[in-house]
Amino acid sequence: MKYLAKVYITLKKSILDPQGRTVERSLHNQGYASVLNARVGKYIELTFEGDRSKIETELKDIAENILSNPVMESVHWDLEQVEQQVH
Amino acid sequence: MKTAVIQFPGSNCDMDGVHAAGAVIGQQAVPVWHTETSLEGFDAILVPGGFSYGDHLRSGAIAAHSPVMKEVKRLAEKGVPVIGICNGFQILTEAGLLPGALGRNNSLHFLCHDVHLRVETTHSPFTNQYQKGQIIKIPIAHNEGSYYADSETLNRLEGEGLVAFRYVTPDGHEVLEGNPNGALNNIAGILNEKRNVLGMMPHPERYVEKLLGNTDGLGVFESLLEYVAGGVK
Repeated sequence: MKYLAKVYITLKKSILDPQGRTVERSLHNQGYASVLNARVGKYIELTFEGDRSKIETELKDIAENILSNPVMESVHWDLEQVEQQVH
Repeated sequence: MKTAVIQFPGSNCDMDGVHAAGAVIGQQAVPVWHTETSLEGFDAILVPGGFSYGDHLRSGAIAAHSPVMKEVKRLAEKGVPVIGICNGFQILTEAGLLPGALGRNNSLHFLCHDVHLRVETTHSPFTNQYQKGQIIKIPIAHNEGSYYADSETLNRLEGEGLVAFRYVTPDGHEVLEGNPNGALNNIAGILNEKRNVLGMMPHPERYVEKLLGNTDGLGVFESLLEYVAGGVK
């Protein structure tokens, strides 16, 4: 079985996100006054093949210990089965 | 003293490190490729600055998983002095050898200029030849140098005197104007609990000779030599 993992990484809420602040300021400058807040993060896709429970264990390790830094970042992910060729 | 200077794909301050820890102080320093698994016979380890793996994923994150880093960790635990400069500091935090993390500069600009640092402790293999409270001028060159740690870790670092260098104004004031990147508590460099691992964002190896315009960074390498030679414990 093939699986697609979508991993989302953002800076923790307590940490200043200078990129998000810059985007937020720029949007306000362009007149989008209803934007309250912007945060910039990362999105990473991983494709897997094999047994789902083994993949889930590996994905947790990869997402929490390699793709994100728990000191500064929060991470969450979705894992879905895919039929077609994914790249 | 024989120092290993670790080279990763993208390191670019490696040969400056070899020069500073080698010829400048009349010692031996050797570049070591990141795939090596043994650093036996080295008295000290330098993890240099640069852009290991192009800063992909996070600065230092991929390098921290290199084969050589297992050996760096093993020797650090044995008490061998390890210094990480700039990207080297990022690698040491990513590898768990130092607490905290380095985030984007609060200006979002790449910064490349001299800063003033106050030497906060002389009790380390890297600072024993300075005076406590001494103000030194050292260049920075980084995009992600804003030191962050949770408040518990910060309190521990401060309480145990593990902050090695702090950004200050030229006259020694610890204020926002002296802080180039937004680092918490104006932290420019920290030590581990055993004080044998130092990470710092500024580049002492760039100010070690009169030819370079300043010798304020020389103290780091002279301190290391003094420590390894047994003059300081």
